[in-house]
Order: sequence, then C-alpha cells, then structure tokens
Amino acid sequence: MTNSRPWIPYLLILPSVAFLALLFVVPLVQTIWLAVSDNGAPSLANAERMVTDINFTRSVKNTFLLTIAVVPVQIALALAMGTMVAKVGRGRETILWIWTIPLGISDLAAGLVWLSILQNTGYLNSLLFGLGIIGRQASWLSYQTPVALFLAIAVAEIWRGTAIVMVIIVAGLNQVPKEFKEAAEIFGAGPWTRFWRITLPLIRPALQSALILRTVLAFEVFAVVYALGGRNFPVLVGEAYNWQNQNQNYSVAAAYAVLIMIISLAATLIYLKALKVDPERLP
Amino acid sequence: MKHIMSFGILASTVLAFASPVLAQTVFVSTQLRPIEEATVVREELLKDVGSVDYVVEEPPQFAVRMEAERQAGKHTVSLVGALHGELSPLADRETLEPLDDLAKKLAASGMPQSLLDLGKLGKSTQQYIPWMQATYVMAAKKEALQYLPAGADVNALNYDQLIEWGKNMQDATGQPQIGFPAGPKGLMARYFQGYFYPSFTGGVVRTFQSADAAAGWEKLKALWAYVTPNSTSYDFMQEPLSAGEVMVAWDHIARLKNAISAAPDDYVVFPAPAGPKGRGYMPVVAGLAIPKGAPDKAGAEKVIEHLSMPETQLLTASKVGFFPTLNVKLPPDLDAGVALLAGAVTATQASKDAVISLLPVGLGDKGGEFNKVYMDSFQRIVLQNEPVADVLKAQGATMAKLMADTRAACWAPDAKSDGPCPVE
Repeated sequence: MTNSRPWIPYLLILPSVAFLALLFVVPLVQTIWLAVSDNGAPSLANAERMVTDINFTRSVKNTFLLTIAVVPVQIALALAMGTMVAKVGRGRETILWIWTIPLGISDLAAGLVWLSILQNTGYLNSLLFGLGIIGRQASWLSYQTPVALFLAIAVAEIWRGTAIVMVIIVAGLNQVPKEFKEAAEIFGAGPWTRFWRITLPLIRPALQSALILRTVLAFEVFAVVYALGGRNFPVLVGEAYNWQNQNQNYSVAAAYAVLIMIISLAATLIYLKALKVDPERLP
Repeated sequence: MKHIMSFGILASTVLAFASPVLAQTVFVSTQLRPIEEATVVREELLKDVGSVDYVVEEPPQFAVRMEAERQAGKHTVSLVGALHGELSPLADRETLEPLDDLAKKLAASGMPQSLLDLGKLGKSTQQYIPWMQATYVMAAKKEALQYLPAGADVNALNYDQLIEWGKNMQDATGQPQIGFPAGPKGLMARYFQGYFYPSFTGGVVRTFQSADAAAGWEKLKALWAYVTPNSTSYDFMQEPLSAGEVMVAWDHIARLKNAISAAPDDYVVFPAPAGPKGRGYMPVVAGLAIPKGAPDKAGAEKVIEHLSMPETQLLTASKVGFFPTLNVKLPPDLDAGVALLAGAVTATQASKDAVISLLPVGLGDKGGEFNKVYMDSFQRIVLQNEPVADVLKAQGATMAKLMADTRAACWAPDAKSDGPCPVE
C-alpha cells in the first residue's frame, strides 16, 4: 500500500517545507545578500564597517568569554542536578518543576529580575548595607567594574539557561538502563567510575544536543546582557540590534547576523564531530 | 426565507468591509509614547475631535512603517506626529501633503512665523505644522545647592563651576552626584550636538575635530571624574534623580518631568552650563504632518486644528510638559513641576550667551549613524581614555564621509555651506 504511493511522505512534509522556505530560507538569503552587497552590487564594505567598529572586537571577545564561562558550568550543574533527582523517590516531580521555573521566564524578564537584585538601589546592596558589610551603595554594573559586571551577567545567564540543559540531561539519564549500573555495582565499581564509565558515555546523545543548543543560545545572548549591562558590555547580537535599531544601518546589522550564524554553525559542527554518536543511537 | 438569509449575509459582509472606511483617523506618533502620556492624549487631548486612533511608535519603527506604507502604496496612517528630524526624511522623499492653507490659518491665530518656517523643512511648501516644543535642561536637588562654588549663579553656570560643584558634592557625600543619560536609550548624543559642541566650539559638524573641540573634550574628562559611572546605564534621568542616585542631572524636560512634578519643592531647574563659545542649547520641535495618500485627510486636518488651539496647547503643557508652539501665556495655576521646567527654558532662551543649535537636518535615515559618531568619540575619549587627537581625527573622517554620503548642508550654529557640510 505505502510502496505503491511513495510520494505520500513528501506530500505530508510539503507544508512544513513550504513554511520553512517562506519564513526561513527567503529571509536568510535576503540577509546574506544584504550583508555582502552595497547599493545592489557585491561588496565587502559592510563586513569592513563591522570589523572596524569600536565595539566589534569587544563584542566578539565578550560573547566568547561568556560562552566559555557559562556553558561548562551549566552542563556540570545540570549533570549534578539530574543525578541528584535520580536518587530522589517522592517529590521528584516537584523538585524538577521548581528547577524549571526559569524556563518559563523570558530573557528580558530574567535580566530585569537580576537588575533589581544587582543595581545600586537593589536587593543585594540593601542586604549588604543592612548587615553592615558595606558603608554605601556599591555599583556592580558600571563600565568601571567590568569583572563584577561580567560575573553578574554570567550568573544571570546560568540561572536562566541551566533549566533547559537539565531537562535534556534528565531525559537522557532516564534512558540509561538500570541493569548496567547494577552490573557495575556487582563488579565493585564506585560511584565515580560508574558515572564516568557508564552514565556519561550512555547519555552522550543528550549531552550533544544540550551542548549544541546551549552553545548556540550562548552565542545569541542578548536580552539579559542588555538589561544588566546596556552599552557597557557589548555582545554580538546586541551590536546587530544597535546597528539595526539605533543606527538604522540594516546592512551592517545583517553582517553581524551572518557572522553569528557562521559561529553557531561552526560550533555545531565541532560538537557533532567531537561528540560522535553511534548512528544506531540517533533518534 | 432563503432570500432574507442571503440578504443578511450579504449585508453583514458589506458592513464588515465597509466599516474600516467609516472608522477612525489613524494618528501615528513617535512623541508622547509612555503609557501615561498616551492615555492623556487619548482621553483628554483628542476627546472632542471624533474618533481618532492614537498609535505610538518608536522612532526607528516609525521610519520603517512609513517607508513600508509608501512602498506598498497602501496607506492606513492619516496623521503623523514626530520630531522635526524624523519628519525631514519623509519630506525628502516627497511623501508629505503640503499644508499651506492650514499654516496660513495658524499664522493668523498667533503661531510665530519663524516656527512655521521650520515646518517647511527647507522646501517651498509647508511640510508639517509645529505641534509642541521642548528642550533640554539641568535639574538639581535643592540640597545640592549648598555645595555650589562661591559666587556661582545656578542660572548662569559655566563648565569650571560645574566641575567644582561636582567635586564639592563628591567630597561631601563620598559619591559622584552628577548624572547624564548615556544609556542605550538615553539622549546623550543630543547633549554633544546641542550643548557640548556649540558651547566649546560654536559649531557641530565643521568644528568637530578643531583645537577648541579637543580642549572641550579635556574639560569633559575632568567633569566625568564627578559623574556617576552608572550614567552609561541611564536612559531617563527622572528615575535616578528621584531614587537619590544623583543630585544633579541633564536631560530632556519630558524625561525629567515625573521626578520634578512629583516633588516640585525638592528641585531647582536651570540652563545647561556655558563654555568658551557660549551656552549651547537645542530647541526640540515636534510637528504634525499628513502623509500623501492618507485615507482620511479631512479628519487629520481637523485633528491638527484641534491640537493647535490655545486651550489644547495649554492642556498639553500642563499634562505632558511639552510647551505650546503658539504665542500663549502659561496660566498661573500650571503644574508646579512644569512651571519649574518652563522657567528654566525661559532662562535658557533669555540668556545673553545662548547659542542655538538646531536638530540635524538632511541626514535622512543616517541620523542614527550621526549620533554614533559622537557617542563613539565619547566612549573612546572619556570612557576608554584614548588620546583625544587620534579619536577626533578618526571619527572626523567618519563624519566627513557621512556628510558626503548624505549631502547634508550645514545647519545652525555651523556657518552655511554650499553642498555637504565640511568637517574642517
């Protein structure tokens, strides 16, 4: 029956392909053309404008620093949280539910939450002042305190983005058969050995998805940084936004967008290569 | 029965399609955007002019929307309210209806001709009708006055006195107490274009990299030692003022109004400081215009006439703090905060050393990049401490290219130019 009509699957995916082509591929091509053209002719002027801008080097550096600082912490935290809930019997759902609350909050709202904590008149200063640790309001988020600003943004990002990693990793952990662990225990493997030799290799596909997702999202970080750092901490997407919205130069904004896409694609390829997943384990 | 049903369906369909034609005059504005102000416009200012749909739009989106409607040839907007500089690219594309009859009528009822001429945007016909005006001033908490340097008059400050004032306040309180709106949505670029450059160099574009400018930047660096580092996060100065984060601030009057109106007895409002070339100041004019192809031109004209009536203009002043474009006397029972702001505006306009700096004209959609030249210079010189001369040379080249690309002629206080305004 199916063999006689081989076109049926194609027909079924046609609407989504058409949808993607219309709303994803067309704007993508337009953006790329916008980035590499000037007055309708191919040109690298926009890329040059982007690279020579005073915030370019800083935004690249900040974005990479943030990614390098945030992603490993998130993966480690999510692994720890996932392993912890695996041991919990009653109340496991409640704990998971509470841990995933940040998932339901928009980026900007998360940034504003942390802003209310860290700004001059915020909760942290009030608390420190109340305890007599500081004599007057300290500012944590200004251009004069780059380390504190970086830490604040990293903490806010970790708080906001760990939940999604945890969800993926918990799903991966759930798929690890109990028998393997029991067998290892019988042969006398300690908790660390079991974790390194059994759990980690078996959740590799989940780890790969989580890493790709988080890294790509980390390169696209914007709203949290915008809320906390404003102009003080330029990142790539923030610069794209500024060029588009404030400077009204869509071509340079498109150049940034293309650069972010290239970096994200490269990161994804690296993860796909580095964390090879056996074909039979792919979904 | 069947006939009645099909008639009913037909009738409701016709009504459904016909209703947009009967519907409201769509009024898109980049001004009076905050929800409280928009509510005042909807519920009070536009109460008696029939059904008007007041829609607010951020300036960049406004430009995109108008351009999209022009390209599509499908117009929904009948009336626009925007700043002089935001209307000028629309006029450059010949997309605004000439409003000469309306202008004649308003001139007869007391709108100053000089202001009306501004609405021509350098063309032979009236492009927009001046709607309301504002400017930028400084505000200080009264308790800051005790730290004023000896002999300084707060209404006639110069930069040296402001620096000394800042130092006194910092010494007394342990913290920098001056604030500027240098955040992502702050209007700091206008400070450079309307206040800093005219005060120190007597120009805006021509004098961008002059020796006077370099001296001015050195002065600003000295001042910045007493400016709170949080300034690069401030968008509106009313919040840090009322939160007690700063005692002295510079900003647009509409962005100071909430703090001052809430506690008029706590503040003094005064002109920005003067530099060696005088006291730069930038009047801001918002105008009303009708796009070509407007679906409800008559309704739009009615709204313009209504908003230009003396009563409406006074109501606007007391509710949102933008001042009339008509020659009307502000009533004595005006909101105390608005009265304070009005006093500072008058003091600025009346000061003998005032140097008027107009909003940039002729830059089209490059206004953002023009602002960026000043903000980048500020970031490099003041925040990153790069050598002044190098930065001014590099940014001056960017500015010169921008002027050449847009072919924008000089505007006051720069001397007039044939062709693009040169960076000397």
